[in-house]
Amino acid sequence: MSAEPRRVELRLASRIENVDLGEELARQVAGVAGFDEDEQYKISMSVRECLINALKHGNRGDQSKSMRLNLLLHPDRLEVQVGDQGAGFSLEGIPDPLADENLLKGSGRGLFLVRCFMDNLAVETPADGGALVTMSKRYSSNHNKSAESNAKKEKRK
Amino acid sequence: MSVKISKREDGGVTVVSMSGRLTLGDASAQLRDTLRELLEADKKKIVLNLGDVAYIDSSGLGELVSGFTTVRNSGGELKLANLTQKVNDLLTVTKLYTVFEIHDDETAAVKSFG
Repeated sequence: MSAEPRRVELRLASRIENVDLGEELARQVAGVAGFDEDEQYKISMSVRECLINALKHGNRGDQSKSMRLNLLLHPDRLEVQVGDQGAGFSLEGIPDPLADENLLKGSGRGLFLVRCFMDNLAVETPADGGALVTMSKRYSSNHNKSAESNAKKEKRK
Repeated sequence: MSVKISKREDGGVTVVSMSGRLTLGDASAQLRDTLRELLEADKKKIVLNLGDVAYIDSSGLGELVSGFTTVRNSGGELKLANLTQKVNDLLTVTKLYTVFEIHDDETAAVKSFG
């Protein structure tokens, strides 16, 4: 039987300042989970990119719609879910930003960066609608020591 | 948290120095406005010093690319200088290092305009 993950769950209004808030929260949770500073940066930026997508493309800036951010601390990995109340999308429909014809485009790199920074990325459409992006990153082998060290650093701040 | 932008002239080249986070929202809009003002003033040789920009998200990258194409379409050139390791890594992974002319420091970037 697998242990129930520790969870942080947030519902955020579709506002840019809430993207910053979700990013910072993800960075702190990643630190508590034992990820080093470089991994914290990659995880928090991935969360930022997914929240931007939820805000701009999913909820289309409609502040009456909300974004969901769930952070789940599993024994072997940190799992992140970002949800919106939009029309949903599939990863297959997203153009490759590295293709010559897309290189000079002013957008379309967010989920590509998430793919680079996280171990897994998936998108589903829940029964209640919208898009739910799920991504995860495995802990490194010495993550218990790192988690203790990061917790001490946070206390000193 | 936003971005600060300062400008100076160096032998016909405008050096735009940025500090802070280049992200979705005000920071990206500030860069867009700065480049538009320079082009309106017919200043088309531009170096963007990103030495104090420690963080760029995909919107910031998009703004850099849009700025590059806007300047180029106006007959000018936008070059980058003094990238932090994180920004350099982002330009590498997104292949944008093949788009921009990138210099290690501001002096070299200014000189490259000849």
